[in-house]
Amino acid sequence: MSSPPSALQTPAKPAPISITLTINGEARTIDVAPWTTLLDLLRDRLDLTGSKKGCDHGQCGACTVLLDGRRVVSCLTLAVMKDGAAITTIEGLAKGDELHPLQQAFIDHDAFQCGYCTPGQICSAAGLIAEGRAKTVDDIRELMSGNICRCGAYPNIVAAIEQAMATTGGRS
Amino acid sequence: MNNFEYARASDVAEAIKLKAADSAAKFIAGGTNLVDLMKYEVERPARLIDISRLPLQSVEQTDDGGLRIGALVPNSDLAYHPLIERSYPLLSSAILAGASAQLRNMASTGGNLMQRTRCAYFYDVATPCNKRMPGSGCSARSGLNRNHAILGTSEACIATHPSDMGVALAALDATVHVAGAGGTRSIALIDFHRLPGDTPELDNNLHTDEIITAIELPPQGFATHYSYLKIRDRLSYAFALVSVAAALELENGHIRVARLALGGVAHKPWRDIAVEALLRGEAPSRDLFGAAADALLKDAKGFAHNAFKISLARRAIIRTLTQAANATPQVQSVKKVR
Repeated sequence: MSSPPSALQTPAKPAPISITLTINGEARTIDVAPWTTLLDLLRDRLDLTGSKKGCDHGQCGACTVLLDGRRVVSCLTLAVMKDGAAITTIEGLAKGDELHPLQQAFIDHDAFQCGYCTPGQICSAAGLIAEGRAKTVDDIRELMSGNICRCGAYPNIVAAIEQAMATTGGRS
Repeated sequence: MNNFEYARASDVAEAIKLKAADSAAKFIAGGTNLVDLMKYEVERPARLIDISRLPLQSVEQTDDGGLRIGALVPNSDLAYHPLIERSYPLLSSAILAGASAQLRNMASTGGNLMQRTRCAYFYDVATPCNKRMPGSGCSARSGLNRNHAILGTSEACIATHPSDMGVALAALDATVHVAGAGGTRSIALIDFHRLPGDTPELDNNLHTDEIITAIELPPQGFATHYSYLKIRDRLSYAFALVSVAAALELENGHIRVARLALGGVAHKPWRDIAVEALLRGEAPSRDLFGAAADALLKDAKGFAHNAFKISLARRAIIRTLTQAANATPQVQSVKKVR
């Protein structure tokens, strides 16, 4: 981790700042402009295009990733503020060729049509399971409301999450 | 989004010093609202001061039996904090009625109070808006104003404050602790936000060099008789058309203490102490709650698309007070209103 500029050392012109992120288990040190969102960093600089840019305003959830284990929208996250954090994207959920239980459950339940929202849905569901707050189907629906599915696959998404919660014993 | 300089503050003193050196700079914590406003170019700060790592992350019991909530406690952590769930379930419920799980993980307690209105004209830089550009006019008064205020509006502005958390904090008599170049001070939550008057560019009474450090809750948490009911255009993840926070203390079937605050209806969380006094000493009844609602709404004024909010608010007040009196609070994941 490098030190960001302090009060007396602020550069005359905004300069890139070096940050280190652990992304899907791999430490990466990158120079970023302060206005780079985590989503743009992942997609445009690191070639991790699984996280999707839907609305780019925190309203659709397609860009959801896990930041230090908690689900966040990467489009409203400034990368420079997260120096030192661990990020898990959809690309980091499977163990080699073994799908994450949520990925398998989404296939089993046909929980997508176009698939654009799916990486965000699955990362969000992984966060939901880790939080351990969803006990009922109503809870799953409420706590997944930050992820919009324009195809309307919601019943199957909820069923897939129920299955994954059962197979993981509530652990993501 | 404009280019900007970035500085990270490590403690409150440094944050205040950085802000004092550049009053046009903006503090950023969760960023859920500010980054969005920057994408719309409503905000174009030349510098961001990152306060997300300040040591304001804990919830601590106070000597008098209340709670002191650090300004940087994430909304989700606060809603699920054991002391909040047990002693202040109204606050937990209101927080969980707002935003999405992802945004609640990011957003801070102080930032929730500092969020700006979601008036569409405030967001649209192509239209006049007195809050965004003082003196340019209010597009909402004669425009699409379904989501706008019915209480405390002015010629200059009819925007609402969007927070759910703030409505519960108003009902709970919370205090906002702030620090600035001139030292520290405390502001009652109900005096923190302000009505628009002819200066709608000012959302609250925080000075430009000040930062919120904590929110303090008094001991009484109304853990039995409370409810937070939020009425909106879809069942989750939408801003309130009308929301109501109700909290009662009952003694021998009569109301000893009543708290009533509304969201989605004004430029600030709306609490009317005179109406609470009407409820005191009375036995809960639909007629009583209706009279309280009428008193609270006596000066309400609707516009072309939001006049329905007046009767909606009346029904929501009666329903929420009834839920509180019956100790059957609205559960945010259950959408049926009982």
